[in-house]
Amino acid sequence: MRLPQPAAGARILAFGGYQPDNVVTNDDLAAVMDTSDEWIRSRVGIASRRIAGPDETVADMAVAAAGKAIAGSGVSVSDIDLVIVATCSTEAPIPNASATVASRLGIVAPGAYDLNAACAGFCYGLANASDAVRAGTARHVLVIGSEKMSAWVDPADRSTRIIFADGAGAAVVGPVADPADKPGIGPVVWGSNGDLADKIHIKDRTSFLFQEGQAVFRWATTELYPMALEACQRAGVRPEDLAAFVPHQANLRIIESIARKIGVPRDRLADDIIHAGNTSSASIPLALARMTERGELHAGMPVLLLGFGAGMCYAAQVVTVP
Amino acid sequence: MALTEQEILAGLAEIIDEIAGVPADEVTPDKNFVDDLDIDSLSMVEIAVAAQDKFGVEIPDDQLKDLKTVQDVITYVHKNAS
Repeated sequence: MRLPQPAAGARILAFGGYQPDNVVTNDDLAAVMDTSDEWIRSRVGIASRRIAGPDETVADMAVAAAGKAIAGSGVSVSDIDLVIVATCSTEAPIPNASATVASRLGIVAPGAYDLNAACAGFCYGLANASDAVRAGTARHVLVIGSEKMSAWVDPADRSTRIIFADGAGAAVVGPVADPADKPGIGPVVWGSNGDLADKIHIKDRTSFLFQEGQAVFRWATTELYPMALEACQRAGVRPEDLAAFVPHQANLRIIESIARKIGVPRDRLADDIIHAGNTSSASIPLALARMTERGELHAGMPVLLLGFGAGMCYAAQVVTVP
Repeated sequence: MALTEQEILAGLAEIIDEIAGVPADEVTPDKNFVDDLDIDSLSMVEIAVAAQDKFGVEIPDDQLKDLKTVQDVITYVHKNAS
């Protein structure tokens, strides 16, 4: 038996992001439910979020974000041989989103699968992509986080409706060509706390998302920072040398607390949540795409990613900005 | 040696100052967290976690909701400290 030729390492070639046009402000929500701009900002740090149109799907948003990532990567669609869509909010379980997304992008017959690690999904997908490229089972991988969380949120539940939002983010992952070059995706530190899985759940296909806010807050602010520090340690990057910390944009107070515990100053913490809301698996690549577009991140910079969410799944890794 | 209520109050005041920005001298036993100190439920979780680190007493979420005043927390910590 022969095995494929492994690559020296994997790196991210480009990011792309997409947000629906419809901006929903805190005042818009206060007009239809018992809440206020001040209350929402102080509890979760969100000023506005984007909500998809009634006919806009998880796949539509994934295609929009991925198209930008592919265009920025310099890679031809014919060179992409694996497509991973991290999502927990598709309209239906069959077919998967990834094969449809690939086809609409003109990627012919790639390996294609959806991945559900909820809000940690993009970091799981990135780890899978890095390993596939390094092992030689794929040459270029398209990793997308795309979510239409608004479809699963109870419009009458102010504790979730103020937080969750819609959008997509994508990255193209490829090999490090020269063995002398450094890999751009560090070792992943991942895991799950399934014993706490009932803290965030959707009971069945006709139910809405339920979240036990205090329990999630306690878990996120106490259990995750050691994983983030371990990801830095395993990548050989000191927290003080990180150009940015881009955690899942869950709640500004959660991520500010984690950043303090890791020792990352506030001005290096991604706070895309303020105008994007919590877009689950899309939040990290969306933040990365927007920070890169705004010129806040430059090629070669080390950035720490930390995804965490339902299932109480988590994953952290250090990546190099393309 | 077990902490006195006075020592717990002093430690708790430090925590509340750090997490919620309430000056330590305003943290007195009679104060209600929500009504007097403007501390919300998420800050209460942060205070409980910090109190666990400081006093070695775990305050679970289902107990936390019953701790309305500074004295309630002092009594809970004092009673459950090993």
